[in-house]
Amino acid sequence: MDQLFYASEVFINGLMTGVMYSLVALGFVLIFKASGVFNYAQGVMALFAALTLVGIMEGQVPFSHLINATFGTHLSNFSWTVGPVVAILLTAGVMVLLAIVIEKLVLQHLVGQEPIILFMATIGLAYFLEGLGDVMWGADIKTLDVGLPQGISDTIEQATANWFGYGFFIDRLDIWATIIAALLVAALVAFSQYTKQGRAMRAVADDHQAALSVGISLQFIWIMVWSIAGFVALVAGIMWGTKSGVQFSLSLIALKALPVLMLGGFTSIPGAIVGGLIIGVGEKLFEFFVGPMVGGATENWFAYVLALIFLVFRPQGLFGERIIERV
Amino acid sequence: MTDIESNPLTGQPAPAEGYVTADGRQIGGVLMDLRNITLRFGGVEAIKNISFDVREGEIRAIIGPNGAGKSSMLNVISGFYVPQEGEVWFKGYKRGPMRPYEVARLGIARTFQNIALFDGMTVLDNIMTGRLNKTKSGFLSQALWWGAAEREEIANREQVERIIDFLEIQNIRKTPVGRLPYGLKKRVELARALAAEPQILLLDEPMAGMNVEEKEDMSRFVLDVNDEFGTTIVLIEHDMGVVMDLSDRVVVMDYGRKIGDGSPDEVRNNQEVIDAYLGVAHD
Amino acid sequence: MFYREAGNFKTSYRDDGQTFPIKLDRMGYYVILGVAAMVVPFVINDYWASAVLLPFLIYAIAAIGLNILTGYAGQVSLGTGGFMAVGAYSVYKLMTAFPDLSILIHVLLAGGITAMVGIAFGLPSLRIKGFYLAVATLAAQFFLVWLFNKVPWFYNYSASGQITAPERTVLGWAVTGPAASPAAKYLVCLAFVIFAAWVARNLTRGMIGRKWMAIRDMDIAAEIIGVNPLTAKLSAFGVSSFFVGIAGALLFAVYLGAAEVGEAFGINKSFLVLFMVIIGGLGSIFGSFAGAAFLVLLPVFLKNVLVGVLGWPTDLAAHIELMIVGALIIFFLIVEPHGLARLWQLVKEKLRLWPFPH
Repeated sequence: MDQLFYASEVFINGLMTGVMYSLVALGFVLIFKASGVFNYAQGVMALFAALTLVGIMEGQVPFSHLINATFGTHLSNFSWTVGPVVAILLTAGVMVLLAIVIEKLVLQHLVGQEPIILFMATIGLAYFLEGLGDVMWGADIKTLDVGLPQGISDTIEQATANWFGYGFFIDRLDIWATIIAALLVAALVAFSQYTKQGRAMRAVADDHQAALSVGISLQFIWIMVWSIAGFVALVAGIMWGTKSGVQFSLSLIALKALPVLMLGGFTSIPGAIVGGLIIGVGEKLFEFFVGPMVGGATENWFAYVLALIFLVFRPQGLFGERIIERV
Repeated sequence: MTDIESNPLTGQPAPAEGYVTADGRQIGGVLMDLRNITLRFGGVEAIKNISFDVREGEIRAIIGPNGAGKSSMLNVISGFYVPQEGEVWFKGYKRGPMRPYEVARLGIARTFQNIALFDGMTVLDNIMTGRLNKTKSGFLSQALWWGAAEREEIANREQVERIIDFLEIQNIRKTPVGRLPYGLKKRVELARALAAEPQILLLDEPMAGMNVEEKEDMSRFVLDVNDEFGTTIVLIEHDMGVVMDLSDRVVVMDYGRKIGDGSPDEVRNNQEVIDAYLGVAHD
Repeated sequence: MFYREAGNFKTSYRDDGQTFPIKLDRMGYYVILGVAAMVVPFVINDYWASAVLLPFLIYAIAAIGLNILTGYAGQVSLGTGGFMAVGAYSVYKLMTAFPDLSILIHVLLAGGITAMVGIAFGLPSLRIKGFYLAVATLAAQFFLVWLFNKVPWFYNYSASGQITAPERTVLGWAVTGPAASPAAKYLVCLAFVIFAAWVARNLTRGMIGRKWMAIRDMDIAAEIIGVNPLTAKLSAFGVSSFFVGIAGALLFAVYLGAAEVGEAFGINKSFLVLFMVIIGGLGSIFGSFAGAAFLVLLPVFLKNVLVGVLGWPTDLAAHIELMIVGALIIFFLIVEPHGLARLWQLVKEKLRLWPFPH
């Protein structure tokens, strides 16, 4: 009986981790749908956003290490700190700026290249951004606190203890993350379905040439999509950064989002969400039941192997469009 | 070739022993026989219960309006699409389920409607790929470039050079195909198919998008291939003049059905064919 | 003496198919080979061996391997690090289990084992393509690293979880272990590089190479003209992994001496080798060497300039290096997707016309 309770607790925690995966995967799907670019740098964008947010909040001098090394100064912080809301807005601004720069310097020059070339370009971008984030803000592990509630929820623990005689341990941050992610997803779906820009975005996704011919500006759409992806990265960065500190490993959540995408299909928003949940729950349960027998840490690869096996049977993913080959 | 007589399905007048064409060539027995082919994509029937045969040494054309299912037919022959119903007989044997590369090994080569050359390779290498089913040397021999591998490479090269001469593309031998103009690409594609020394050559709109001069060149090559190598040719073409001039027998398709089959003259006078081409409303 | 094609008449198809059809190229190649085999071993020292030459040679083998898979056969792999780990752990198990056999045989066998693992992980390539496959190869990367980390049998139950190469000799010279001289290590790696480049060249100029390229350029057409996608793709995975496995074996046994799987063969190694292939040139053996040289020399160069000359702290220099590598990748993809190999070709074409370019 206890085993069942443990398992359901693991299940619920898995669901919440899954929501976080979905959030990152969503950033991928958005960019992929609109520009056909499989953005490997999404995870590093989340890291970069989180670093920038912490930097702004604490009033760090950007590039202080570089400036100090070059001019022999000892800069570190401005005399002010910034509140979370203002800092988040400023960071969002930085992400928009980043989107514009990426569009101008990278995407524009790679129009019409094969998807795999674009993919490798984003790996380069990931390296560049990782270096840039470290040079700008320093590579030390930072704590991020924007005022989200954290810690085990006493209410839930007591309530479940009363009902089942077993208290569920659930982090309040996870609950908030789930709510915020759900709201964000709803907003994005509404945006792409019901606004003019959203329609234009879907048109671009379908056919670049056709979209151009009806007067949609590719440049604008791409900047917009990368900005949105930057914003999604910021939200993901806040969640993961609050949970486990702002450090390099944060960028690795992108690697977790990849199998989510394979499972859900690269072009499907519902796919990203369902895929994220399946993988979140699957890897936690697998680790719970099988992990102890094989030495643990199966989370490192479970998602990939699951996605791989799945793909062999359904190459287009859960919700992806069926591929018809022709010559 | 025992089953040719026992095939009542193709329903055409040509005698089993072959016939003599208008220009005096002797056409042999049935080389390939398609029986009651039906191909569906989901709910759409691209090919509806079509039967026809291809005889040794002839030039067989498939014509029809856009979307009639001509290319699908070629894809069935080359094994790319697997029909839901019907049988493909080749050289007197019923062909089991086969992957396209196995069909290629039987001696069926083809060109494509939208040129399908290997853009990253030179003209020479592209044509050399046509020889791959004639290559027997093993992996180790190729890895060490020892014995059979080098001998075969040179033998293949000699054969390919003959085809290059034949199609008059000597000067672009070492050019990457990505840089070639359209008409030459079509010619290189033909060269690649010929390099395989096929028994049946499938040509999917070999003259589409060409100017008159290029069409004349290509027509000459098609006739020469048939004449010099004795290759049986199945071709799809839109240009009526070309089809009527080149082909010995013509299959006419419309909306996935076969509406005519016979010599160019017979087909030209077939009322249903005229209707299809002049656009009579379908009921 | 000018760089000219003129006067190099080819009278047989055999001559036309050789690796260096231009005489001057051929001579240059023999000179480089001669210097590498007969001069370098006498002047090599510890710094040059460990900072430049050994990593260059070893990564060149890995890059040739990945180039066969990605550049020639068009299958992007992000699992190179994991396959190098297979080579490293295979050679370790073989060295400790059969101490009497030659280390050279151990390394070749390690390559063979890696080839088999590579083929197994290449199986999904028959169903999935493009970056779906690229992501799928990450499964190999993570699973293999986890496996070597968690199953003590692979590291002979050592307390640290590390593997350490015991001393082994070739013709009486120690090539692994702490007693090995830089020259001996260098020569072993050089021998494997020459072997790898020669086999790769043979395979890519013949029918097998054409099958790979056909699959890369247009897989459906390739199958219709008679390429069996199963054997073409799996042979690419096999050959590629064979070389990558040899590189992993040498990296561990000859270069590092001791290794911990997550550190030595993590995902960053996969990317490093992929970058070498991109910068050097996809689908070019020469490019594999150029890319390996570039990415081995770049950090050495940057470290000397940023830390040595400018006096910056090493961590800052490392971050700047990340930025530069990332920017270079993007730069190359935009300006010259065929990498250094194509740039070299352009230089040669200019040279052919020099000094009268019109």
